[in-house]
Amino acid sequence: MKQDLEDGIKVIVPCGSLGAGVREEEIARGLELGAQAIATDAGSTDSGAAYLAQGKSKNNRGAVKRDLKIMMKAQATSGVPIIVGTSGQAGGDLNLAWTRDIVLEVARELAVSPRIAMIHCEQDKATIKRLNAEGRITPLAPSQDLDDATVDACEHIVAVLGVEPFVAALEDGADIILAGRATDTAVIASFPIWKGAPWGPSWHAGKIAECGAQCAENTTGGAGVLLSIDAEGFEVEPLAPGNRCTPNSVSGHMLYENSDPFRLTEPGGVLDVTTAEYVSLNDQTVRVIGSRWEPQPYTMKLEGAAAGPYQTIMLVGIQDPDVLADIDGFHDRLLAALYERTRQSIPEEELGEFHISLRMYGWNAVTGVKPLAGTATPPEVGVLFVATAANQELANTIAHACNPYFFHYPSIMGKELPSYGFAFSPADIPRGRIYEFKLNHVVRLDDPFELVTTEWLDLSQENGSKEKEYA
Amino acid sequence: MPKLGEVCRYIRSKQAGPFWITFDIFFDGRENFDRYHESPELSVEAFARLYGADPAYVKRIPVPQLNMIKISYPRPTPQGGLVERDMHAGQQYVRLLNVPIS
Repeated sequence: MKQDLEDGIKVIVPCGSLGAGVREEEIARGLELGAQAIATDAGSTDSGAAYLAQGKSKNNRGAVKRDLKIMMKAQATSGVPIIVGTSGQAGGDLNLAWTRDIVLEVARELAVSPRIAMIHCEQDKATIKRLNAEGRITPLAPSQDLDDATVDACEHIVAVLGVEPFVAALEDGADIILAGRATDTAVIASFPIWKGAPWGPSWHAGKIAECGAQCAENTTGGAGVLLSIDAEGFEVEPLAPGNRCTPNSVSGHMLYENSDPFRLTEPGGVLDVTTAEYVSLNDQTVRVIGSRWEPQPYTMKLEGAAAGPYQTIMLVGIQDPDVLADIDGFHDRLLAALYERTRQSIPEEELGEFHISLRMYGWNAVTGVKPLAGTATPPEVGVLFVATAANQELANTIAHACNPYFFHYPSIMGKELPSYGFAFSPADIPRGRIYEFKLNHVVRLDDPFELVTTEWLDLSQENGSKEKEYA
Repeated sequence: MPKLGEVCRYIRSKQAGPFWITFDIFFDGRENFDRYHESPELSVEAFARLYGADPAYVKRIPVPQLNMIKISYPRPTPQGGLVERDMHAGQQYVRLLNVPIS
């Protein structure tokens, strides 16, 4: 182990996220350079709460399978472990099971028999309510104290994993780790930490490499990077020939999707890179020293996804000069007319709580803020109608009631009725539910394993029929 | 007075978890960073006004090594909610481009 640290503990991060396109030649190059593990996340919260709420992956099954196949082939021939976190985009039990089934299919196709550790971190509501009642759950800014109603609103809840369960699974001989929701950083940091590397450089390396080649100069010139963590710091280099990591490209990644570029809170501590120094070793490689880990009382972040009301949408394109001459006024008048029309068409007791919004694409749809006076008139606007109601049928009914007004409402009353440009028939599109993250809280734990269950699938025994489970 | 977009090489916005939006404002060189990053137009208060944020929660962190300043604030509504207009918040930086800066 000491020898390892002197040479550097080497980890391939093959892509930004599983399914994004692992490159076989990059993995081969990383292994040639002495890589001892392949680690990547398979999702995040970035794309919204739907994936946790529904237990579905955002990524295409074929794309994930393709990436896993390349990695599992390399695993079988080299023996280096594969570490995957946030399986199936959100890391709930359904997301994890989806990923497991793909791994089992690939194992059959490749005729390989790895030992697979599945690290579960989905929580039942009763557990969360109990922890909350015990005063162990605290809100993160800007959220408030947790109440039972918020817990009940969630479809699925996960506790975000740190390195400890990964380290335990590596210690127990896992060839493949499929984990539930984990911090991107922990997935990568777990291997060097298991090998005895210092925690500061291990976590920092994990953060820098969490999006694969995004920490390189040419973020699309290849998929993966190779990390090497030693007793003093770490090195990072892209796996695609011709691409480069530079001090700017590497340190710049600390800014990415973070509210604080110097201090990153993780389960069990804070990564502090305030005193980190980034230097070029050669054309490809950057060396980083001075990363510090400050141990803190152990916490795991909770993520919970709720399914809300249903939406139906319609879209028209408008080039009508009267509308374009007063887009904000048209928006306000049409919206008022649609609310009135809805209330007149559908009995109040049936309607319940509902909402209509209009987004003026080509004008101010992405902010909703009225443009300054004197803003140039666009050649056309696309108007998106969004009705939100308690169920899909009701949202559809609102859209149907609004359809003639949305189609014909004039900007100047008394003129002949215009007809705006529908793109589809039927014009209304039932869109499904709204999904929202509800929890922004952390839970204090004395034992990092309290909310974690590791399940083993040992394909080397009885062709995978043997499953044992322990916490 | 120049506009912020004219003294920067790159400005971006992105979600930082489901509850925060973060802005990375990269000045065009050290000279512009030194001259403009403490401008009142980039203060916590000015930023909060521009985005309708609560100034008590706005985080503002200069990173001199990269000639940039990072400003973050909690989303007024959680990601993906009823009135979501920009799921990844990737377009929210645009109104910064035309802010006159002294």
